[in-house]
Amino acid sequence: MSFLEYAPAPESRAILSLRDRYGLFIDGEFVDGRGTPFQTISPANEERIAEIASANTEDVADAVAAARRAYERVWSKMSGRDRGKYLFRIARLVQERARELAVAESLDNGKPIKESRDVDVPLVAAWFFYYAGWADKLDHAGLGADPRALGVAGQVIPWNFPLLMLAWKIAPALAAGNTVVLKPAETTPLTALLFAEILQQAELPAGVVNIVTGAGETGAALVAADVDKVAFTGSTGVGRAIAKQVAGTQKKVTLELGGKAANIVFDDAPIDQAIEGIVNGIFFNQGHVCCAGSRLLVQENIHDEVVDRLKQRLSTLRLGDPLDKNTDIGAINSAAQLARIRELSDVGVAEGAERWSAPCELPAEGFWFAPTIFTGVETSHRIAREEVFGPVLSVLSFRTPQEAIAKANNTPYGLSAGIWSDKGSRILAVADQLRAGVIWANTFNRFDPASPFGGYKESGYGREGGRHGLGAYLAPATSRSARAARAVEASAPAAKADAEAKPAPAERSRRTSKSAEKGAAK
Amino acid sequence: MTGTTLVAARERALAVLGGDPDDATLRRYLHGIPGVDAVGLEQRAAGLGTRSIKTSSKAWALDRIISLIDLTTLEGADTPGKVRSLVAKAQTPDPADPGAPRVAAVCVYGDMVSTAVEALGAAHGDPDDGAISVAAVATAFPSGRASLDIKLADTAEAVAAGADEIDMVIDRGAFLAGRYGLVFDQIAAVKAACRRADGTSASLKVILETGELVTYDNVRRASWLSILAGGDFIKTSTGKVQPAATLPVTLLMLEVVRDWHRLTGHKVGVKPAGGIRTSKDAIKYLVTVAETVGEEWLVPHLFRFGASSLLNDVLLQRQKLASGHYSGADYVTID
Repeated sequence: MSFLEYAPAPESRAILSLRDRYGLFIDGEFVDGRGTPFQTISPANEERIAEIASANTEDVADAVAAARRAYERVWSKMSGRDRGKYLFRIARLVQERARELAVAESLDNGKPIKESRDVDVPLVAAWFFYYAGWADKLDHAGLGADPRALGVAGQVIPWNFPLLMLAWKIAPALAAGNTVVLKPAETTPLTALLFAEILQQAELPAGVVNIVTGAGETGAALVAADVDKVAFTGSTGVGRAIAKQVAGTQKKVTLELGGKAANIVFDDAPIDQAIEGIVNGIFFNQGHVCCAGSRLLVQENIHDEVVDRLKQRLSTLRLGDPLDKNTDIGAINSAAQLARIRELSDVGVAEGAERWSAPCELPAEGFWFAPTIFTGVETSHRIAREEVFGPVLSVLSFRTPQEAIAKANNTPYGLSAGIWSDKGSRILAVADQLRAGVIWANTFNRFDPASPFGGYKESGYGREGGRHGLGAYLAPATSRSARAARAVEASAPAAKADAEAKPAPAERSRRTSKSAEKGAAK
Repeated sequence: MTGTTLVAARERALAVLGGDPDDATLRRYLHGIPGVDAVGLEQRAAGLGTRSIKTSSKAWALDRIISLIDLTTLEGADTPGKVRSLVAKAQTPDPADPGAPRVAAVCVYGDMVSTAVEALGAAHGDPDDGAISVAAVATAFPSGRASLDIKLADTAEAVAAGADEIDMVIDRGAFLAGRYGLVFDQIAAVKAACRRADGTSASLKVILETGELVTYDNVRRASWLSILAGGDFIKTSTGKVQPAATLPVTLLMLEVVRDWHRLTGHKVGVKPAGGIRTSKDAIKYLVTVAETVGEEWLVPHLFRFGASSLLNDVLLQRQKLASGHYSGADYVTID
């Protein structure tokens, strides 16, 4: 027996007690959807996990109405300190149920358990803890004293980090005093529904968070519904459609879209760590990462050595059962995504790039794609320009720092970039000239709730995380709310709307003290 | 087991360096090696430490750990009786289970070599063949603060007494002062002193004492230097300085060994020593070896654990695996 063929070490599924059917989470309860229900499957073996309700336009309207009621009657009147208490409670419950959430995430998404256990779920808890701390300190969010919440936020999230994206959206929204209607991705609704159970456990007031499951139409209905804010993470195509749809309305919008990040390796880079960083940059989460370092730019004089070492390292990656604790590469999330990865890889070969895939056995069932690198890639190749969103790395070379910067910036995207060099001054000088929202130096794919995240150009606008992330869910005290503005457009005189939007100081303090009493009684 | 010959080692070093191994040439070479990013290195080591080794893999790992141990006693208070007891334990680690593998070697001070050789009797030999070697620490261990003549005499005496392996310490003061040529020459000289009358040579382990080198960049340079000068093994620590062996340091040294093998086709061993006390930790090292240089390194002439208390923990785990329940400290023997 070979030691390296470690005996299976599967994480037990016994910790999960899943229901056979899940409804929509509206106004604090699970209710039936009026759309046609769908099945969620495990991408690792295509086995059915549960039946999920689908929300139609009326269901979405109900959810938004519930969120509106909760905003007006409870959440907007509650003090920041009390909102923070709820967020802390949610964060602790996420930690308590971490293993369960990790297993569910790997089951439904296909990502390896070591990532869901060591990255996704701990970051989810961290995000709630971080924003729980902000809830009573909004005066310091950079928008002046007493910033106000926007109202109801409609949030649509992708399937690559289902629970983490939920946390990125819900935590700052609630901390800032908004209520939420969230739509998880069609292929990965499971952990959002487990999260709904956590909200019930935390006794979060009904309607503050509503979760509507469904396909793209549900998301479109949510964007079109009576919400004050739209937050979306996903593909640039859908993001563009959303931007068009909300243009001309009072809805605020933030978009976190695709990317084609350059990972630049200079010849003085710490080579072994750079190899690890490249692997982590593109093969983390099967490359289903919007900020993945999918374009590797290597200085010419170390190109061959880096490629050689990279191939050797990729040969040691373990692909297989996502629930096995030793798995490095899990399953591709869906058949559709697998088809796209295959299509773009074939295009890469057709365009003349040289393809190399790690020698690993792919399971017969489920959706799998071996870690692949393309060498001899030119900047005009589609695999160097389009987002593959899979475990596929394009390797390009450069000669001078100027060339590296020019090539790195030559993309319609601008989400992230990486620089590998032992020379601090070079890192700073290059980072200064890269047009990307996030730049990692001598590391890649590291996230922290205190650090803002977001993109340039076609990678979207707005920032998530840190103090900046609060700005997406707050408005200065003097600004008019979207509803007030609409009321103005309808008929009422501006003065009245202003008074409505900006309660007198006396009134506000009265509200605060009242809700504080309520919080203390809990 | 025989080490590489001195002449071959020197020729190889000259070919790699492209010049005589003086301070300037070595400095140019060692400082031209890419740096180490501490955060990244520690992250990678931590990642390797999360591998979950179960059932059949664990059983294999525990047996393999035993067969890679240099069972060590390096105390001022060591007595011939203590050494004989250590040798007995090395031969029969678990009296309740004759099937338990033997350790690779016993590691003692130079003056105890003859006692150990005598106690081993017929069991003395090459651990790759299932026998047990005698390793001796030499060169004014652990500080290395003595003249070269004394270091060489120390080494020659241990070899003459029957030591198969010499664990030498480098002159850390000279290394940190940038006198790489001096360190190189000393290692080469000790390597020459490892030579026996019949032309064979004891295997040389070069102790870097990583706890005193402090930075990972230094550890990487010292590793290259020791290999260039002809060391058959590079070893982390004496066990007398903290921190001793850590997973990141061992990973780093394995990376050097891997790169040296890529460069020359020649295999050098690695020995983490000091501070590895539990089976769980030792398994992390096996994983690190297997995933960095490959499984073929998990043999006594390419990987060792320098440890004393590790063996008992492994034996307890072995018993647990066989019986399904934990026994206790009194079910394994004290040294």
